[in-house]
Amino acid sequence: MNLFETVRFALRGVTANKLRSGLTVLGMLIGVAAVILLVAVGNGSAKAVQARIARLGTTTLTVSSANRQGATTATQNTALTLDLIDALRDKDTAPDVKSVSPVVTSSQAATFQGTSHTIPQIVGTFPSYLGAQNYTVVRGSAFTDRDVTDGRKVLVVGQTVAEDLFGDVDPLNQQVTVNGTLFTVVGVLSTKDSTGFTDPNDVALAPISAVQQSLTGYGALNQILVEATSTAAVPDAQAEVTAILTQRLHVTGTAPFRVQSAAQLLSTAQDTAQTFTVLLGAVAAISLLVGGIGITNIMLVTVTERTREIGIRKALGAPKRTVLTQFLVEATVLSLIGGLLGVLAALIGAQFTIVGIKPAIVPSSIVLALGVSVAIGLFFGSYPASRAAALRPIEALRYE
Amino acid sequence: MNVLDVQGVVKTYGEGDTAVHALRGMSLTVQRGEYLAIMGASGSGKSTLMNILGCLDVPTSGRYLLDGVDVSRLADRQLALVRNRRIGFVFQAFNLIPRTSAQANVELPLAYAGLKAGERRRRAAAALAMVGLADRAKHEPNQLSGGQQQRVAVARALVTAPALVLADEPTGNLDTQSSADVLAVLDRLNRTGRTIVLITHEADVAAHARRLIRLVDGEIVEDVR
Repeated sequence: MNLFETVRFALRGVTANKLRSGLTVLGMLIGVAAVILLVAVGNGSAKAVQARIARLGTTTLTVSSANRQGATTATQNTALTLDLIDALRDKDTAPDVKSVSPVVTSSQAATFQGTSHTIPQIVGTFPSYLGAQNYTVVRGSAFTDRDVTDGRKVLVVGQTVAEDLFGDVDPLNQQVTVNGTLFTVVGVLSTKDSTGFTDPNDVALAPISAVQQSLTGYGALNQILVEATSTAAVPDAQAEVTAILTQRLHVTGTAPFRVQSAAQLLSTAQDTAQTFTVLLGAVAAISLLVGGIGITNIMLVTVTERTREIGIRKALGAPKRTVLTQFLVEATVLSLIGGLLGVLAALIGAQFTIVGIKPAIVPSSIVLALGVSVAIGLFFGSYPASRAAALRPIEALRYE
Repeated sequence: MNVLDVQGVVKTYGEGDTAVHALRGMSLTVQRGEYLAIMGASGSGKSTLMNILGCLDVPTSGRYLLDGVDVSRLADRQLALVRNRRIGFVFQAFNLIPRTSAQANVELPLAYAGLKAGERRRRAAAALAMVGLADRAKHEPNQLSGGQQQRVAVARALVTAPALVLADEPTGNLDTQSSADVLAVLDRLNRTGRTIVLITHEADVAAHARRLIRLVDGEIVEDVR
């Protein structure tokens, strides 16, 4: 009695009750497909976050104020101000810094000929901001350093703003009203791929002087965007920026600011995505376990139902091991078929976008899910199988 | 040479006051080539004796030697081998494997014996031809009449060419014609030198045998040749 024969007997056993076998396979299929697909969704979202941050530029550093109440004293002004920009631009103390752009942001409604559109992000900055943020101008031109010095009310708008506000009208040189002030549109930004919850095209850029004068007032900066000369120079640039700010702001205790590189943002985002993936995987693993219990149940029913058959087989000279192998193989075949179909379902499912995320299959998750499904078949099948094999022939034959 | 040698076998089911003494110290020897019928009323212990003879059950005490080998000393694997090679069973309830063709049913003991597929098919076909069912090889048990099913079971019992064929009321569920068919096959087997032990409670069935044992309450009360 070789293994091939045993497998043939097992296959005959599986096909003898098609509906029951089918339902068991379905349970396994869902379990395996859920594991692979959910891990793929987690992985896909992690990839999307990485791509978004990479597009942000790996050479940029973001200086933001960590202005907690306890960290400042009344005698110290630790807000980020425009004065700091010049200090950071000093080539002697900060040789690895390529450009420095202050950032003030405001959310305002813009109107053009009766059409109104709320721009969630009006950024007041320097022209260097466009380069640092990988923005390119498709029509017209960006504002210049001269515009900043003169405080001219000019605007470079994103695609969404251009479409919502102007429709078919050419936005170039049109005048829009923002918070009661007239701004002239001088350029339109090229489309940026949307990857997150905010539309990167729903934005307007303007000289910082104009924004401060008419929209935000002359308060502290929201951020300072520092561009390093190269990716390799990012750590040096970060150290230089930190040193200059510490000195300029007379920091003694906890730093009232944070200097973050894109790489740091990336690792934080990756950690988050990792947790997300593990969580999804754990939920899916439970469904796989439920599928396994389904197999045990079916095998127990099968063994009970076929007790007489086991008795006949034993009377005809089937040794314990052969009976054990047959039922184990039956359980394994069920879980393996379920597992393979599950992989197939997951591969098909991964072709679609799920809740805005393009799933990215992790090859190891396929191996793992398939391996676990077979292991479950063996593990959960072994109890009913050993029960079947241990039956004494006369007891099995008498069973009704 | 004794094929079967039963020495003081006792079989008791249950314990204490509720114990049922199915066999009370039975001794019996059967020689090669004998045709033995065991008769007795229901509850006389004839099926228990058959199960012990067929290595399906173990006696509570006493010795049972099959071809000179004490089977109580055998491990599961060796017992399986004994059941496979030495003994052919025919049950009252046919006991064919459902949803499996007659051919496959007859091949089953050969598969457990480890024969190759071609050899199995040839021998199973020969066995089916011997019981006159060569044209029913592809039929499943539920497509066969009771008599045909029992003849498939007989073919399955003789396909491994066992020295001993045990038949537990083989005609109990059959009409007269089918009974005659099955008994004719058993008679023919005995003429080729097989030892046959037949359990029955019908006198005309027992008349086919050349030795008759009568059991009452787990003891032999009559043994005539």
